[in-house]
Amino acid sequence: MPINNYYGFGRIIFSLACAMCLRIAPWPYDLASFNPDWVLMVLIYWSITFPERVGIFHAWTFGLLTDVLTGRLLGQYALAYSLVIYICLKLHKRLRRFPLLQQELFIFCCLLLSQLLLFLIKNLQHPAQLHGTFWWPVITGTLCWPVVYTLLRFVRLSKPVK
Amino acid sequence: MAVITSVALLITEQRGQQLDFLRATLSFFIEPLRHLVDLPTVLIEQTTESINSYVELKNENGRLRDEQLIHQTRLLKLEALEKENIRLRALLENSFKLGEQVLIAELLAINMAPYEHILVVNKGTRFGVHPQQPVLDANGVVGQVFRALPLSSEIMLITDPNHAIPVQVNRNGLLTIAVGSGQPNRLILPFLPSNADIHPGDLLITSGLGGTFPQGYPVAIVDEFTSQPNKAFASITATPTAKLDRNRELMIVWSNSAPVPLIAKPQAPETAVTEENAHQ
Repeated sequence: MPINNYYGFGRIIFSLACAMCLRIAPWPYDLASFNPDWVLMVLIYWSITFPERVGIFHAWTFGLLTDVLTGRLLGQYALAYSLVIYICLKLHKRLRRFPLLQQELFIFCCLLLSQLLLFLIKNLQHPAQLHGTFWWPVITGTLCWPVVYTLLRFVRLSKPVK
Repeated sequence: MAVITSVALLITEQRGQQLDFLRATLSFFIEPLRHLVDLPTVLIEQTTESINSYVELKNENGRLRDEQLIHQTRLLKLEALEKENIRLRALLENSFKLGEQVLIAELLAINMAPYEHILVVNKGTRFGVHPQQPVLDANGVVGQVFRALPLSSEIMLITDPNHAIPVQVNRNGLLTIAVGSGQPNRLILPFLPSNADIHPGDLLITSGLGGTFPQGYPVAIVDEFTSQPNKAFASITATPTAKLDRNRELMIVWSNSAPVPLIAKPQAPETAVTEENAHQ
C-alpha cells in the first residue's frame, strides 16, 4: 500500500468527522449514556489498516478536537487516544489477522484503557461521584465494533485505494 | 512525545485561562460539525411549521394575542410597583439593582457528555457572552454560561450535579442553596434542618447572593419534604420551573453588577441585541 494518496486520506478525515458528529448526536436522555466512543473506534480501524498513514500525531490531533467538541479539559482525549493508538500501531500486524471475535476482545481492552484514563483524569480534577453508566460506552462500543469494521472496510474498498 | 504534550496541556488548563485562545481557535474547526448535527432538528421544525394548517395557526395566533393582552395589563401595574419599590428602598437608604438586558440564544441539539447537564447555544463571545452569565427561559432560571467560545457557548444547567444556586423561599424569605441532582427536572435542597418552614408547593426564587444570578427569578417548586429524624438535615426535592428539556430559545442575561441607589438608566452592552426586561 503506497503512502501518498490524498484521496484515501480524505476518506479517513471524512469518516473521522462522521464519528465526531455521531459523538455529539442528540440521543434521548436515557440512551445518551450508552453512546460509544466512535472517534476512537474509527481511529483504531484506520491505524490498524494504514499504520503508515494514521499515526500517533493524528490520534493526538483528533483527541484534542474531541476535547473541544465535548467541552472537556484540553488534552484529556488527546492523551487517551494517543496511548491507545500507540498500542494499536505496535500490534497492527497481529491484529489484522485476528478473527472478529478476538478483535472484539482487543477493542474492549482499548476502550476500557481509554475510559480508565479519562476516569483517572476526571478524578484528579475533582473527585466526583460517577454513575455506573460511565462504563457502559466500553461495552456498547465493543458490541458496535463489527458494524464499524464492516462499514469502514466497505468505505476503504468501495473504490480501491491505489 | 504526545503523552508529554497532553499532560502539559492538562496541567496548564487546570491552572488557569492561558489556553482559552487555543480552545477558541480549535473551536472554529468544530463549529461546522455542531451545526451539521443540529441540522436535522432545524429541518424538522421548519417543515412542521410550514405544514401547519391555517386553522391551527389562526387558533394559536388568537391564543397568543389573549396572552399578550393579559401580560400587558400586568406589566402596567408592574412598572408602578417597581417605581414604588425603588422609592421605598431609597427611603430606607437601601440600594437597588435594576436594568437587565437579555440576548436570545438558540439551542443546538447536541449532546456533550451523558452524565453532565451541559447545553450548547449558538451565541458566543462575538455577541459579548462571557462565563458565569445567568441564563433564563420564559418560566425561570435555566443555568449559567460555563464556557464561552467565539461562535457558541456552553451552558451548565441548574440540574447538573456540579451546580449549586443560592435560592430563597418566596413565601417567607428563607435562604438556602439548591444543588443539581444529576437527574433531569430535579433539584435537591440538602442544607435545611427538619424543622425548616418549607412546604411542598413553595416557590423558590433566586436570592441574588453570590452575585451570579440576579435576584427574584423563579427557580423551582418544592415537591417533597421528608424530615429525617436521625439526620441533621431534611431531604427536600424541587422541580425546576424552567422547561429545561423542552425549550429551544434561551435568554442570556446581563445584569448591572453595580447597584444603583436611585432611578438610573440601564446601560446596554454595545454588541448585544438588547431588550428591556421588566421582570425586576
